[in-house]
Amino acid sequence: MSGEWPLWEIFIRGQHGLNHRHVGSLHAPDAEMAVKHARDVYTRRNEGVSIWVVPSAAITASSPSEKGPLFEPSNSKVYRHPTFFDIPEDVGKM
Amino acid sequence: MYAQMVKSEATTEDPEKLAAFQARIDAGEKIEPKEWMPEGYRKTLIRQIGQHAHSEIVGQLPEGNWITRAPTLERKAILLAKVQDEAGHGLYLYCAAETLGVSRDELTEALLSGKMKYSSIFNYPTLNWADIGAVGWLVDGAAIMNQVPLQRTSFGPYSRAMIRICKEESFHQRQGYDIMMKMAQGSPEQKAMAQDALNRFWYPSLMMFGPSDKDSVHSAQSMAWKIKINTNDELRQKFVDQTVPQAEYLGLTIPDPELSWNEEKGGYDFSEPDWSEFFEVIKGNGPCNAERMEARQKAWDEGAWFREGLMAHAAKRAARKIAAE
Ligand SMILES: [Fe+2]
Ligand SMILES: [Fe+2]
Repeated sequence: MSGEWPLWEIFIRGQHGLNHRHVGSLHAPDAEMAVKHARDVYTRRNEGVSIWVVPSAAITASSPSEKGPLFEPSNSKVYRHPTFFDIPEDVGKM
Repeated sequence: MYAQMVKSEATTEDPEKLAAFQARIDAGEKIEPKEWMPEGYRKTLIRQIGQHAHSEIVGQLPEGNWITRAPTLERKAILLAKVQDEAGHGLYLYCAAETLGVSRDELTEALLSGKMKYSSIFNYPTLNWADIGAVGWLVDGAAIMNQVPLQRTSFGPYSRAMIRICKEESFHQRQGYDIMMKMAQGSPEQKAMAQDALNRFWYPSLMMFGPSDKDSVHSAQSMAWKIKINTNDELRQKFVDQTVPQAEYLGLTIPDPELSWNEEKGGYDFSEPDWSEFFEVIKGNGPCNAERMEARQKAWDEGAWFREGLMAHAAKRAARKIAAE
């Protein structure tokens, strides 16, 4: 059998008030060890205040080849951006 | 550099796909693991990133050799932190290589069987404390020279690993130079030790960049793919130009009678290392090749029960949890 430890994706909250961000991955036998390894591998210089670990196998990703059709709906809706509208200067800040 | 003489793989794929791929690279886009890439690109990267990762790991051995004998508790703590960083660098890089479809165990086994290489530099011994200074100053210095441009490499996971590594490397070089300054300003005996360490590590450090590759086809392909950013000669020249003034500041002499400033090119002229020695070291005949591989093999063998034990424990706990639910 392949006794290789499974792969985990590591997310770290850098500072209070920020989102957790993906920083990389590592191998660990279980979640508890993954947190400990993540501490050693990814926060040796105060890089974090919180760690999430997720089994890599549990992540579902969008397919790179469908990038076009997947994101097309947001491409064609320029009116979602405030700069789409011309507001006269006289109106003031808006 | 940590990856020497990485052969690039020839690619025989649909010319249209290849052109589109090259256009993405030329436009500065990053290639991500699940995206289409030429087989040659994938294989060359596995070889290069793998060799780089192995170098970080094997590179812990010559320095680890002095952790218990560091002259003060502070120096010991610093060296321990530096060596721990190198383990981290190895792990970042192994993970980057694994995104290309090779497993960690396969990489480890390829190192142990001699199928994959690590940098020639780590086959030289660290005989005394001054060598630890020389390694940080010269070896990490040469590694930085190579790693800084690689932050811009085209493969996303490799680039991100290099960015993390570069953030940590300057501490490594500075702690080495700090040791050299202490030694060079110390007693005549200590200064002589510093000079001796420079004498022994100078040419092996120049070899880290690999032989001249300005006419190499492999190198041209890797450069087109942005897996390699500079030629070996360019990096070696930059390293010499940066290091000579640092040696002068220490009051130490670069062991090269031919070394002289060349106004015209705006850099130093210097002697090539002995490339026949380099090829012997690469073949496995360096002073410490056998010792390094023995240490890696021992760690792998003696860690097996631990790796397996933790897996068995995790499986048992997971089964118990399911039963309780
Ligand atoms: Fe490193
Ligand atoms: Fe380093």
